[in-house]
Amino acid sequence: MSTLPDSSRRNFLKLAATAGGGLLLGFNWTSAGATTPTVVSEAAFAAGNTDFNSYLSIAPDGIVTIFSPNPEIGQGIKTAFPMIVAEELDVDWKRVKVVQAVLDKQKYERQLTGGSGAIPHSWKRLRQAGATARQMLVEAAAKRWNVPAAECTTDKGTVTHAATGRKLGYGELAPEAARLPVPAEVKLKDIKDFRLIGSSVKNVDNRNIVTGKPLFGLDFYREGMLFAMVQRPPAFGMKFKSVDATAAKAMAGIVDVVTFKNNVAVVGKSTWQVKKAREALKVEYEKEGNLESTPDHDQLFANLLNSAEATVRRKDGDVAAAFATAAKVVKGEYQCPFLSHSPLEPMNFFAHVRPDGVELVGPTQTPELARTETAKLLGISPDTITLELTRMGGGFGRRLKADYVLEAVEVSNLVKAPVKVIWTREDDMTGGSYRPAVRYRFEAALDAGGNMVGYKLRGVGINAGNPTRENNFPSGAVDHLLIDSVEHQSPITTGPWRAPITNFLAFAEQSFLDEVAQAAGKDPVQFRLDLLDKAKQAPVGELKYDVDRTRKVIEMVAEKSGWGKKKGIFQGFSVYFSHASYVAQVGEVLMVKGKPVLKKIYAVADCGVVVNQSGARQQVMGGIVDGVGHAMYGNLTFRDGAAEQTNFDTYRLIRINEIPEIDLHFVDNGIDPTGLGEPALPPTGAAVANAIFKATGKRLRNQPFSEQEVYKGVM
Amino acid sequence: MAAFKLQINGRSYQADVEPDTPLLWVLRDHLGLVGTKYGCGIAQCGACTVHLNGKATRSCVLPVSAIGAAKVTTIEGLSANGDHPVQLAWEAVDVPQCGYCQAGQIMTAAALLKQKPKPTAGEIDAAMVGNLCRCGTYHRIREAVKIASTKTK
Repeated sequence: MSTLPDSSRRNFLKLAATAGGGLLLGFNWTSAGATTPTVVSEAAFAAGNTDFNSYLSIAPDGIVTIFSPNPEIGQGIKTAFPMIVAEELDVDWKRVKVVQAVLDKQKYERQLTGGSGAIPHSWKRLRQAGATARQMLVEAAAKRWNVPAAECTTDKGTVTHAATGRKLGYGELAPEAARLPVPAEVKLKDIKDFRLIGSSVKNVDNRNIVTGKPLFGLDFYREGMLFAMVQRPPAFGMKFKSVDATAAKAMAGIVDVVTFKNNVAVVGKSTWQVKKAREALKVEYEKEGNLESTPDHDQLFANLLNSAEATVRRKDGDVAAAFATAAKVVKGEYQCPFLSHSPLEPMNFFAHVRPDGVELVGPTQTPELARTETAKLLGISPDTITLELTRMGGGFGRRLKADYVLEAVEVSNLVKAPVKVIWTREDDMTGGSYRPAVRYRFEAALDAGGNMVGYKLRGVGINAGNPTRENNFPSGAVDHLLIDSVEHQSPITTGPWRAPITNFLAFAEQSFLDEVAQAAGKDPVQFRLDLLDKAKQAPVGELKYDVDRTRKVIEMVAEKSGWGKKKGIFQGFSVYFSHASYVAQVGEVLMVKGKPVLKKIYAVADCGVVVNQSGARQQVMGGIVDGVGHAMYGNLTFRDGAAEQTNFDTYRLIRINEIPEIDLHFVDNGIDPTGLGEPALPPTGAAVANAIFKATGKRLRNQPFSEQEVYKGVM
Repeated sequence: MAAFKLQINGRSYQADVEPDTPLLWVLRDHLGLVGTKYGCGIAQCGACTVHLNGKATRSCVLPVSAIGAAKVTTIEGLSANGDHPVQLAWEAVDVPQCGYCQAGQIMTAAALLKQKPKPTAGEIDAAMVGNLCRCGTYHRIREAVKIASTKTK
């Protein structure tokens, strides 16, 4: 992650004259190429048929346009990526324009939103893109003035030669700069010289958002576009049998009713008309699999936990012996329900299948997947498919799947017209792709000194794949360890949900470690630090986390929160490493009228360099709010294969009056940055639950908390 | 189908739609005013909030036939230049993450401040409780409403 392949260092440059006389400097950030600039026409540029990887354009007036290739979902990438380029380019942020790039596999790598991976993947590439342009602009100025390039400096989009008092703007230099050979090596800024990176920069789309401009997929309208709603099977385990669409077809505004796979699509001239007509469909379904209910899952989990056929994920030492000779054994089981992703913008996509290709427009975290799946579905070349990315009204992993894109493609293909498929909230909540329900059983063996010498974890889940993260803490800090898992295949479809697996595993593990610390008679923070000492001095097996960075966030949050020093306030501790970032939290609970009330969460995050202070704070605070909300209230249950909660009246999301105060700090260590879209969420549930335990003596082992004993009758 | 005359953002519009069509979809599908968002369709999330005679109203459950001569204001018409104190505060505090719910949040906040120019923290929460933000920007929403309240005459 910290070094780039050799080929990517050889940036090259291309140049194009724009209609306005400006120049486009295109940088291939990743692959080998020519070392001299090539002139391409504006038409060639506009057609997108050159082999650029990304674009940075400088107009004659010095305005710099930076294309942001990654899908913007609310994680702030459309602001953070250009900041990094602009920092190394040394341009005034006020004179930067940002453009959302369309899907282009030739130009960009990893046009994907997921796994908090964009910043670590692109950090050096973006810096090099900016630095290369800057260096060429300097060389162009030096050449014109006949002075050594080393005597020239840059600042806010100008090159200055101090000795002779000369100064030129980037806009004036760009044409000459673009004709220079691209330097093989460019010097990146020293981190201490960063001015833009590490500052607070506002979301570049704010103005459009606060004035209600069309930005999102659902806002996309096209002359002649039809609207479609799809009737899907009413339960997981049911399939389509037949439809009587006579009544629906007779309704106002309805153009057609078509069927594909297990679906019936009503196509018409407005959203409301197709919604009403869909209700008039008479569809018959038949059973094709088990119609599962939530109470069945409880029994299922009990069986899976005792299964003889678990997949071993990690094994260190001799667990059986460690438990046989233990002074004390601690056990705990933790369970989480299914969750809906519920991004506030429901699924939707625009597709226009034409004889010569397909136009796709809409919100997706994985544009490339959407395109390849579309190509597969229609049996056509991906090269004939264009995909325009819209800003996404959230996603939380739901838009990693292309199912709703393919629906639009199917319907457009059947009705031979441009179509936007729209999901209602009910469609979204009942339509699948949930955070899987999982149950964990933990066992810890303590020696006479209260040291954790043995550790067992079994994770059992419903379509959860491997519900463990076997190399995470405390692996590496325990001599005898066994982590395994058992999966149940269910018709209920699941998918990655913000911080997949760790969104609940972290709660379970960090709550259990709190139980173990208590059983060992140790302070929960000190207990973790002791384990980290062990991992540092005598690591057992593979160690996937950085002990010192973990220690640092723990120590910092203990200090910031006044851990263990407060009277009348009950504190709970949690720390987790996920998606390459480290976050420690302390939750604070007060007893109000006999009930625990969450008042505050202290958080310390280590994501290396903070690119955008404002955006980073947003991601961590939002992650904590999300973590609190779903731990407290999130619950999606099933009866006979159908989701029982279908909208926000019964599926409870956290609201403004339910948030804790948040006191947030970042570790300042200058390490290359990692992502923040996910890592703050996992530790939150346990910080809250451990504080509630302190306050009430009651251990919360299942989510949502609102349905557990301590909250009976008040939630 | 029937023709409905609507007063929206100080302008007259006409929409030929079924009487039960919610104002939300009239705005979005028929009048091209897409700033008002669809989130739940049952008045639980607040993304569709508009002003009806100055009061915050969920447009997803308001049939067009029920509007009559009432004056509708959407996010597009909240201010002439996008400079309503609430809009400016939203930018100053850098509230949005994904941004989808924010037009509804802004409309609710603007209606609150019209009615109660200096709300307490409790009154802000009480007014904003019907607006969901799935990204969890609530802390900044509180802060922005507070800042806007100091700028509201």
